[in-house]
Amino acid sequence: MAVKAEFDIPVITNVPRTPALREGAMAHSRPFVAKPDHQEPLGFPGELVEDWHDRAIAKMGELLGSYRSLQVFMDACVKCGACTDKCHYYLGTADPKNMPVARQDLMRKVYRRYFTWAGKYFPWLVGAADLTEEVLEEWYAYYHQCSECRRCSVYCPYGIDTAEITMAGREILDSVGMGQKYSNEIIGKVFRIGNNLGLPEPALADTLEGLEEEVKEETDVDVRFPLDEQGADVLLVTPSADFFAEPHVDGLIGYAKIFHQAGIRWTLSSHASEAANFGLFIGSQGNMQRVALRIREAAMELGVKRIIVGECGHAWRVAYSYWNTLIGPFDFLDPDYPAPQHICEATYDLIRQGALRFNKENNDDKVVTFHDSCNVSRGSRMGSMPGGQFIIPREVIKACCNHFVDMRQETIHEGTFCCGGGGGLLTDDLLELRVKGALPRVQSLGEVIEEYGVTHMAAMCAICKSQFTKVLPYYGMGMDMVVSVHHLVGDALELGTDG
Amino acid sequence: MSILTTVVAGLFYLATATLLVGLTRKVVQYARTPAPLKIPTTPAPVTRTGVVLRMVREVVLFESLFKSSKWTWLFGWLFHFGLFVVLLRHLRYFTEPVWGWVALVQSAGIYAGYAMVIGLAGLWARRVLVDRVRYISAPSDHLMLALLVGIGGSGLLMKYVWHTDVVALKAFVLGLLRLDLSPLPADPLLVIHLLLVACLMFIFPVSKLLHAPGVFFSPTRNQVDNPRERRHVTGEA
Ligand code: HEM
Ligand code: HEM
Ligand code: SF4
Ligand code: SF4
Repeated sequence: MAVKAEFDIPVITNVPRTPALREGAMAHSRPFVAKPDHQEPLGFPGELVEDWHDRAIAKMGELLGSYRSLQVFMDACVKCGACTDKCHYYLGTADPKNMPVARQDLMRKVYRRYFTWAGKYFPWLVGAADLTEEVLEEWYAYYHQCSECRRCSVYCPYGIDTAEITMAGREILDSVGMGQKYSNEIIGKVFRIGNNLGLPEPALADTLEGLEEEVKEETDVDVRFPLDEQGADVLLVTPSADFFAEPHVDGLIGYAKIFHQAGIRWTLSSHASEAANFGLFIGSQGNMQRVALRIREAAMELGVKRIIVGECGHAWRVAYSYWNTLIGPFDFLDPDYPAPQHICEATYDLIRQGALRFNKENNDDKVVTFHDSCNVSRGSRMGSMPGGQFIIPREVIKACCNHFVDMRQETIHEGTFCCGGGGGLLTDDLLELRVKGALPRVQSLGEVIEEYGVTHMAAMCAICKSQFTKVLPYYGMGMDMVVSVHHLVGDALELGTDG
Repeated sequence: MSILTTVVAGLFYLATATLLVGLTRKVVQYARTPAPLKIPTTPAPVTRTGVVLRMVREVVLFESLFKSSKWTWLFGWLFHFGLFVVLLRHLRYFTEPVWGWVALVQSAGIYAGYAMVIGLAGLWARRVLVDRVRYISAPSDHLMLALLVGIGGSGLLMKYVWHTDVVALKAFVLGLLRLDLSPLPADPLLVIHLLLVACLMFIFPVSKLLHAPGVFFSPTRNQVDNPRERRHVTGEA
């Protein structure tokens, strides 16, 4: 039975449809504003500054001059409308301001007013508008209804990526003292403690010890979960959710079993106990770099030869696409391995080398489908060829499960729908948005449940997993449907025997 | 020289200057603005050649648009392809002797004018009929279509209904190019055609028509997907 909610839960229809506009449907959705304590450690003003108008325009000018993407995207949109039915938040809420182009237009109208000839002299003609308090509020509301998933950018003829504009919007809001509590508080925790959860070193050590005991009890094998081990070959950086709860922690157990079986000396780091990087979400390159730097420091200090990143979507985008730029070069690592490497890439290589043996029957109680995470699909790669990010995780799953099916073609691979909780929106003050935004994914999941009796949806992103466990029950689906890819791997892996 | 000739000639010199200066400034701005991070929309080509091919597919076939909306693609492509051929056909007014391949395009492109206007009509219908597209349209979006329909319509009328003196027109155009004016035929349709064209040239660098140079500078489409293999640095972010 579906969980009750204070808002209307979208109805799943037989054929997915594009809703008619419902103006203002989500105008009330607005996350908690950051307090001075959350703002200041990140270098942002504590509260809305007196001269916010001038500062916001100045910041916008600065960003236009520093990001070609923003400058080109502001100019190039022809309002063709191709993106209007591509955003899960529009499909789930019908609020027209959640159409990607309309979300961009919230900024574009101000851009045109202050930075273009046409908007200065003929604002009514080109839809230009002054930056007023209402506009600022609107930015706050709707730039926190975008999960920066990049689905719109796939379908735009110029590749206009609304995520870039949302990030710029949040950066401007931060710079005038109107930050979002959830993201900024978490970044502060990473600076202070080292991870999003705020889990200090002793607690982490405790957790890992507990896991060693648990696996020993279950398998009778001494699988280790090393922390801060000098001289290990591999540093594993994973989202801290993996230390915490199901379904995440089963993934971590899976990684440990893989390393154990392949005889790889690995370690976690208490200094860099977090792969997630919310600096990306708030569009702050400075904070993103500061968060990432801890990983470089840890890798050098521990003297590792490789860095492997655990299951986390945006973390993998940051690692794959930005680390080399922000915290590279990685000339101190072993050049025979990609730096950084995704855990699925590592597992896949081991499978191909024949280093692992699976007992697929262990997963015979499941019919599995796979949710492509947006940041992995549209903001990164795995392996050496384009699209490896779709092939490799599926190959890994198929190596350990007999029953695998994919969801409808337009909703996987580069067309995958966001879980509805990405981009810094995974907070209870945005629950309505999260539930509604999950609709398109839930719809195609429902189809494979109906048609193939799918029992589990594997994911490789901490945010996706948390979001689905929370929102699936609103649609009458079980939260325990959600599994980590490496949970499946760990369950099928034969330990002990020579591989 | 008649006042009409002088005014239209003056206008065209001004429009050409505006177009060239405006576009150059925009292109220089795009080229100079740094792209500090790697943001290709993946899966993306892993080589330069691959990126060039991706761009060619975008510009010639509108690949991404094809993925998203078949109707918009159909009308948009008809319009742009028609426009392209029409412009090639127009080169006959600007070259003396007419280049061989331009002469070839003349008969081949005879229906391009229709394609262009039909495409525009389809795009306009979509803008009015689909609630989502109507919502995102500003007056300028409708005016732009009106302008292009006006240019295409007046051109077609000249071609099929009220003919103009194309020999004299060609002399006028060549005169413009050689800075040695000859009279413009005082045909209302032709004058309308030319005034609208000048108008298009004026607004090109200050409007959404910047999508034409913009597409080549879009980082999500023009970057190579190789951040691990090659360290991407562009100085200051
Ligand atoms: C590199 C060259 C160009 C490319 C790749 C390109 C591509 C596109 C694409 C993909 C669209 C969206 C789909 C559509 O509505 O047709 C579009 C729209 C448009 N293009 Fe272009 N274009 C180019 C040059 C031009 C030029 C030179 C003009 C003008 C004279 C122009 C005028 C327009 C207009 C007015 C629209 C909006 C149509 C509407 O209102 O729906 N384009 N272009
Ligand atoms: C200085 C620039 C231009 C001049 C002198 C010019 C002149 C003409 C003339 C004389 C015709 C009639 C052809 C005939 O009787 O056979 C014509 C047709 C036409 N013009 Fe233009 N034109 C110019 C620019 C443009 C532009 C920029 C466009 C498009 C945006 C355009 C679109 C058309 C169309 C669609 C036709 C009818 C179809 C065809 O002949 O291919 N013209 N133009
Ligand atoms: S990036 Fe994703 S969430 Fe944001 S507007 Fe585009 S499709 Fe919607
Ligand atoms: S698809 Fe691109 S060009 Fe078309 S309306 Fe959307 S953002 Fe603008």
